[in-house]
Formats: sequence, structure tokens, C-alpha cells
Amino acid sequence: MKKTIIIGGGAAGMQTALRLSELGIEPLIVEKEANLGGKLRGWHALFPSFTPAEEVLAELQRRIEEKKIEVRTRAEVRSIAPRSVTLADGTTLPCDAVVLASGFTLFDAAIKEEYGYGLYDNVFTSVDIERMLNEKRVARADGSAPRRIALLHCVGSRDEKVCQQHCSRVCCITGVKQAMELKQLFPEADIFNFYMDIRMFGPGYEEMYREAQQKYNVHFVRGRISEAAPTIDGRVQIKAEDTLTGRPLRMSVDMLVLLVGMRANDDNATLNEELRRAPSGFMAPRDHFLHHVESNVEGIFYAGTVTSPKNIGETLDEAAATADAVAEYLKN
Amino acid sequence: MIRRNSWKEYQKQIADDRYYYARSCIRQNFFPGSEKAFIDILQNDLGRDLLDDPKHSSCTGIGYHSDIVPLETIMTVVARQFALMTEAGYEHFVASCITSFGVYTEILATWEEFPEMEEKTRENLFKATGREFRKPTSLAHTSDIMFHFREEIARKAKHKLVNSLTGEPLHVVEHIGCHYAKIFPKSGIGGSEFPYVLAGMIESWGGQCVDYPERRHCCGFGFRNYLVQANRGYSIANSHKKLESMVPYKPDFIVANCPGCAMFLDKWQYAIAEMEGTTYGENGHGIPVLTYEEMAGLVLGYDPWALGMQMHQVDVEPLLDKMGIDYDPAAKYLGRNGKYIGQPDSAVVNGCPPETLYGMRE
Repeated sequence: MKKTIIIGGGAAGMQTALRLSELGIEPLIVEKEANLGGKLRGWHALFPSFTPAEEVLAELQRRIEEKKIEVRTRAEVRSIAPRSVTLADGTTLPCDAVVLASGFTLFDAAIKEEYGYGLYDNVFTSVDIERMLNEKRVARADGSAPRRIALLHCVGSRDEKVCQQHCSRVCCITGVKQAMELKQLFPEADIFNFYMDIRMFGPGYEEMYREAQQKYNVHFVRGRISEAAPTIDGRVQIKAEDTLTGRPLRMSVDMLVLLVGMRANDDNATLNEELRRAPSGFMAPRDHFLHHVESNVEGIFYAGTVTSPKNIGETLDEAAATADAVAEYLKN
Repeated sequence: MIRRNSWKEYQKQIADDRYYYARSCIRQNFFPGSEKAFIDILQNDLGRDLLDDPKHSSCTGIGYHSDIVPLETIMTVVARQFALMTEAGYEHFVASCITSFGVYTEILATWEEFPEMEEKTRENLFKATGREFRKPTSLAHTSDIMFHFREEIARKAKHKLVNSLTGEPLHVVEHIGCHYAKIFPKSGIGGSEFPYVLAGMIESWGGQCVDYPERRHCCGFGFRNYLVQANRGYSIANSHKKLESMVPYKPDFIVANCPGCAMFLDKWQYAIAEMEGTTYGENGHGIPVLTYEEMAGLVLGYDPWALGMQMHQVDVEPLLDKMGIDYDPAAKYLGRNGKYIGQPDSAVVNGCPPETLYGMRE
């Protein structure tokens, strides 16, 4: 039986493995963390349906176990070649094809120093909010309920100053989703989304955006926040420009949520020097249309966000396409 | 208290000795004792070599930022300063003014990016003066030098930034000045968002920095705000915004990094008090505003009047009393050789009741 090593045990890696298994190819998932699931493990509910992330993850894991797919966790990959994968401990694993499904790295919000993440108590990231929603304890640092919340889009996306010029795509809808979730938790709270463009590209997203405004009374302000500062009562003062009215704006909020973007993994550059990367640092597929899950190196394939920011649905779809492409390659 | 995690990521080379000193145009008028204090501290207290060169000129930064002096001209002027430094056998350039520091930083960065502009400047300088220059090995602002020696100064301290009655650290607002690091964050200690240059001195000398919402906001000097008379309302509005924002934190004094900031945060307090009757410090007084040399001078035991602190609009005596500093009130307005230099009228900002003043509000 032909063997394919899949690097990364997130949504893309698991889905690729499942589909390969169905196609009669032996998959091996190599995951650097202790558990499968990747970033999906940290999410609460998935847009646009508010499906619990845990539900999707549990089903993928159940299928992995059911198909008895081999998994090596806590295994970091140093380099890849079309017919082998070398781990950080020097072990080389032979195979017939490699799928790189190592995903993305979350932008470190502390790099945008002007927002004070890690310094001011009530500045959070969208990832913190997902975690708090999972823990069923969304609150300010002192445990109190927020009365005014600001969500800031594009933190580490479309930002030349931090060398992240690409759009992370899912932050806009995440901002809408989290605004609705926060409004459900705190019906009396005023919630503001600060954005530069609203990009509702997915099915049901535009409807969610409208619902957030009409049903949840979430405010959308077109303008980026220039800086955040703590106030004496532990709130966060923010400054922005409302570019639709052309006026500067200053307000104090109880929570500032930074919608952090996706950036390319640092090790994309070192796994195999022949692999082409996009200017964003994400891996570049052979082309964007007919070979979008293949790399420029024969025998190395891509699945999921290792090539660009994607939502979970797109990731799962692409992973299936990747498995089909691998099967076709191995057949030949 | 402000948590600063990132300042150590922004470090710069600061020379340990042998400085070529470039004075500020406006500090000589606003705070005439500060530059003298810097030289005294460096040469006498710290035993460093510093050349105070009478041949250097204005950097023309104010003219440059006001669109009066073209880029080619200011580059040539800066090149001349570097030529004087080269001729004197120095290689560490120290600017006393934030605007000048920003200008030197900007021009060195421009020459790095566009070497042809450096070549053209060299040509212009040679044609005009016959001089040639080497670029400085290090460029620092005077506050960088004070920061560099902050622990040495702390070891020689006669006074701490501590309330001598309560033993509590003094609460200090530090204001950095836009041209220090907002243009080139890596040129300042601590970067632009959480600069550490003054905070490091304050902490080493026993004080405590206070963060407040408008900490990063411009003091109001902003050249176009002030130089264009019609815009001066913007200038005072900026200072007003900062002062209102810092009041709840009860700062004992403000220390500023930039000549314009120290002046405007001091003098606009006078104007606000006269116009509105509002004062921001304790007991109906304003908040004293110090330069970092004055702060270092007080720590090292210099006489406040020798530091030129009688030139402040907001009286510094409440701060001196808090720090337990001995001073002679009668000597406040005695200049060199005991000559009386004149005394300003009473002012609301120094606790004088508003009704005793000339009727500005009428």
C-alpha cells in the first residue's frame, strides 16, 4: 500500500487523511502538538451557523480513530522531500508522497504595541474571546461584565507596517460572530466593530452582517483604531477616525478585542528550499486553478491554510481535493 | 503604573565618552540652565569628555518643518555640523534638541536609502565651505546620554525622587516628544509606543511613572500649531487635553524630553489658569514641568536656581519642598553675581487668587 505523510493534524490534515484512507492509501499524520485538532481546538462556534467547533472536531477525531489512521503527535518536522519527511529528532520517515497541511500562525497582537495587548488588562484578542466563550466565562479582568466593547478588525492583516499585506479573510466574519455572541451574553452592552472594509465573502456571511446590525444593534464604524490607553478606572481609551463622517473619535470601552490575523508559518521557508512561497510567506501552489493543491515540487501537496487564509469549510473541501490529487499522482 | 515589556527590544548604541555636543536654538531661551547643567553633569560629575563647540549652528529644523528651509539646504547644514565634529576629532554626535535629533536621524536614514543624496550634499558642502565630513559613529539625544548614565547618577544622588515626608515615590508624568521616536521608533530607547528613556531615569532615581490615557498625545507644540498664529488654539487645546487626562493620577511633576514640550506644558498651564482659573496640581497650583537635566541636577544636589528653575512659569518650590531640597527663596531671582533679574507678577497657576489679577476674563 502506498504511504502518504501528512504534516499537520488540524482540520486539513485530518480530512486529507480520511479521504486518502477511503481511496486505499495509507496516511500517517505527523502533528507537533500533543493532540490532533490544530487551531480548531481553540474555537468556540463556527460561522455562519454557530455550529460548535467541538462538534466538528469530535466527528473528525471519531472518524480518524474509526479508520485506525496512524498518528504521531509531539513530532516536529525539520524538512520534507517528495519521498521522505525528516523529524526534528533526526528520524527520517520514508513515504510515497507528502501533504503539507501545517496551517498558519496567529499574528502576535503584542507586535502592534499601540494597542497594549499584554500590557493593559482589558485588551483581548479574538482567540482569547473564543477561549473565554468555551470556558463560559467572558468577563473583564476584574470579573465584571462589560458595558461597552470594541472589536478591531485587521490586526496583523492588510498592514504594511507589520509586513502582513494580505487579507486574513475570516476576521471580518469573526468580528460579526463574536459581536453577536457578546451581545447575547451582555444584552445591555454597546458593541462597536471598527473596520476598514467589511469583506463578507462566504455563504450566509452578508446575512449575518445585516442581522448583527438589525437584530443585535451592533455598531460598525469605518476606521481603524490608532491607539489604546488605560484609564484610571481600568477601562481602555481608544482613538479612531470615523472615516464615513470624517471626524476623529475617542471613547472608553470596557473591553477591546483585537481580531488577529493569520500569518504564514516561519518554517515554511526552511522545510524544503525548492518550494515556492507567495510574497505573503504562505506556500504558493503550482497554479491557482487546475493545480491549486500541488506544490511546484512533484510529490509534495498542500492542504488548507498553509497556502492562504481559509475558513474551516474551505479547508475541509480543499483537503478532500488534495487527497484526490495525491491518489491521482500515486496511480501514475 | 505602566507595564513595559518591550522597551528592551529597542536598544541603540550609546557611546560612553567623547561627545560632540550640538545645542538647541530654543532651549537657550526657555531653559537656559538645562544645557549648562548637562555639560556640568557630564564633565564634572561623570568625568566625560564633551566638546561644546561654538562654531556649530542651528540645524534649521524649525525652518525645515515650516517649509521655509528646503531639504537640500538642511542636509548641507547638517553636513557642516558633522564636518565640524570630524575636524574636532570626535565621532559621537549628541543633539540637545528633539527636533534636531529627529532631523539628524532622518537625514542619516535618507542618505542610507539614497546614497546619491549624500554625494550631492557632500558636493554642496564642499562648494560652499570647502569642508568634508565623516558621518557620526553614533547619534544620540542628550536624554539618551542621561539614560546611559542613570545608574551612575543614582549612585551619586543627593536626593531621590521620593516624597521626603511620606517616603513614597514621586508620581512622575514623562513626556517624550514626537520627534524622538515617532518617526523612527528604533532610534529611541524603548521605541515609540512605550519609550523608556525618561522612565528609566525616573525609576532609577526612585520615582514612579504614571501612565494616563493621553500619554502619547502631542504636547501642542506641533510647529504648524504654534508658528501659525491662527492655529494657536490647537496648541493650547492639545496641552489642555493632556493636562486634563493626567490630573486624576495626581502627578508630582512632569518631565519632558523636548524643548517645545517642556515649554508648552509649563506655559500653557499659565494661560489656562488665567483664562479659566483651572490649575492642575496640588493646593491650587500648577504641575511643575522639568527638563531631564533639571531632574538629574536636583537628584545630584545642584542648586535649583543655578539650574535655571526660576524661569519656569509654574513655580517649582512645592516640588523642592516635597523632595526635601534646601534652597534660598530670596536668591530665586538673583542671576549671575547676585544681580536682580526681575520678578514676574503673581499668577493663578502659582496659587494667586484669580480676583487679584488683571481682568483677563473681562
